[in-house]
Amino acid sequence: MPSVLICAEVENGDVSPTSLQLLEAASTALPAYRRQIAFVGADLSNVAAAASNLQADQVFLIEHPQLEHGDAGVFDAPVVALHDLCQRESPDVVLFARTDYGSNVGPRLAFKLETVPAQDCIDIAVDADTRRLNVTRPVHGGNAMAVFEFTGDGPHVVIVRPGAFEQADAGGGTPNIVRHDPAGTIPEPRARLVDTVKVEAEGVPLQDAEIVISGGRGLGGHEAFEQVDELASLLAAAVGATRAACDAGWIDHERQVGLTGKSVSPALYIAIGISGASQHMAGCSGSRNIVAINNDPDANIFRDARFGVVADWRQAVPAFIATVRDLQAG
Amino acid sequence: MRIAVCAKQVPDPDIPQSQFKVDGESLNVLPPAGVPPVVNGFDLNAAEAAIQLAESDTSTASEVTVISAGHGFAMDVMKKPLAMGAHQLVLVDDLLLADAPAPVTVRVLAAAIRKTGPYDLILCGRQASDWDQAHVPMGLAEALGTPCISVARGMAWADDNMLSVDRALEDGYQTVETTLPAVVTVTNEFGEPRYPTLRGIMAATRTQPLTYSLADIGIGPHDFASSLRMTRLYEPERGGECEFIDGEDAADAGRRLAIRLRAEQLI
Repeated sequence: MPSVLICAEVENGDVSPTSLQLLEAASTALPAYRRQIAFVGADLSNVAAAASNLQADQVFLIEHPQLEHGDAGVFDAPVVALHDLCQRESPDVVLFARTDYGSNVGPRLAFKLETVPAQDCIDIAVDADTRRLNVTRPVHGGNAMAVFEFTGDGPHVVIVRPGAFEQADAGGGTPNIVRHDPAGTIPEPRARLVDTVKVEAEGVPLQDAEIVISGGRGLGGHEAFEQVDELASLLAAAVGATRAACDAGWIDHERQVGLTGKSVSPALYIAIGISGASQHMAGCSGSRNIVAINNDPDANIFRDARFGVVADWRQAVPAFIATVRDLQAG
Repeated sequence: MRIAVCAKQVPDPDIPQSQFKVDGESLNVLPPAGVPPVVNGFDLNAAEAAIQLAESDTSTASEVTVISAGHGFAMDVMKKPLAMGAHQLVLVDDLLLADAPAPVTVRVLAAAIRKTGPYDLILCGRQASDWDQAHVPMGLAEALGTPCISVARGMAWADDNMLSVDRALEDGYQTVETTLPAVVTVTNEFGEPRYPTLRGIMAATRTQPLTYSLADIGIGPHDFASSLRMTRLYEPERGGECEFIDGEDAADAGRRLAIRLRAEQLI
């Protein structure tokens, strides 16, 4: 029986949402595969109970002092620990989420196993004819999609885009729990984490928001984001931005939506002064409704938008805000 | 300190989407006519970082070497990091390296780094704008046996032959100190690459790149194995029909948009 190893993560003492997405990916795309899940950390006692309910055949809890927070920022220790596990278990497929952990550990593990990682995949399938593993990933900033086929023996390392799969149920399973001590395989640290600084952005967090209002290069400056902020607070929305707006210093980089920023999938995404380059759309194309305000009728954003206004935002947005206020006043 | 910067020549990612075309038969992206390629944007951030680190290292004469593997190099494009202030350009040029799979690029860059090294630090852009894989640097670190620190938004030399790296996170940043040599990937948050000065452009014009063939760096046919093969390339279907909301003027259109979104119970 083929097997898939899910390299899971702990977030706030629980199984992370992206790990549950990997579980869903495994159960839908690889239903005939035996499911194994691996957690790494300095102390996994807080997640052991949750892990023991996951719908899998086996859960590995790999503990070592050097695996603190998944060896944040350095990642040497989890690469070695998971390499050791892969050599013993020989999984056919290894899944990571494209988080900070997965995008670092996944590729390094693949290269250490002398295989090739497939990065940022949004679909996984076993070809009905060839029985080979196929993955689909956006390329060229999302302008094109490519399907890749894995050949040869695994483990085939697949790094999955967060949000590409729904979350599996966190319970309902009775996996066999295996505690594993990787001592002896973990090398002396070559780098160390000095400090992690969380920047608490004001207002509604982007990932949780039901409405996101984003500004782009077309806003022309820092001041314009005051109107975006005003509208966001009226609608209890989060504020987003394109990379161009962030690079220009009009707004913090933590607000960047796109390929190298955050991915959001709100019910409503209002894009103001955004041309709709594929690199930006990669972060918001999962939105259920996109509304665009842009003065260029040929802007790409209108190809993805459900509603569009071709107008200068300087006139359209204040009127939009005033009308929202009136409607809310009832 | 000797710093290597890995740079890739890519199609200009800022072309209008209407000019982006793929050939599903040959599995190639068709370059738009008359638009020259560019150095991958994040690689220019890496070059900027390297030049800043070289400038800040007053104890020794630091040197920045830009290394690229590919084919069909546009020399004026690839010399841009030289014009910014890098000292040396190393090109591994072979037809087989046009759109080579990541493991091949890893082996070729590692061989070129060994050939022209040793280096104290190897900088890469966080990912390339053509295939967006973001894993050649990780493979390079494994091949060279060095630590790999990703998405640097800041860097400084630290005591005891260490490098301090500020990593950009989704919600903040993280400081890591690494031993050298190390592979570090650089993100746009590091800051805009500098504009070349006239003096820099003149110096770049005079600098002859060091050009290697695959044989020169000991790369043979067995190095071209890859267990990941592209089987399909296509342009995705884009959205549906956009309903344009008109008005008497821009303000009226904004007003009508709000009313429409309310009617749809979206706000």
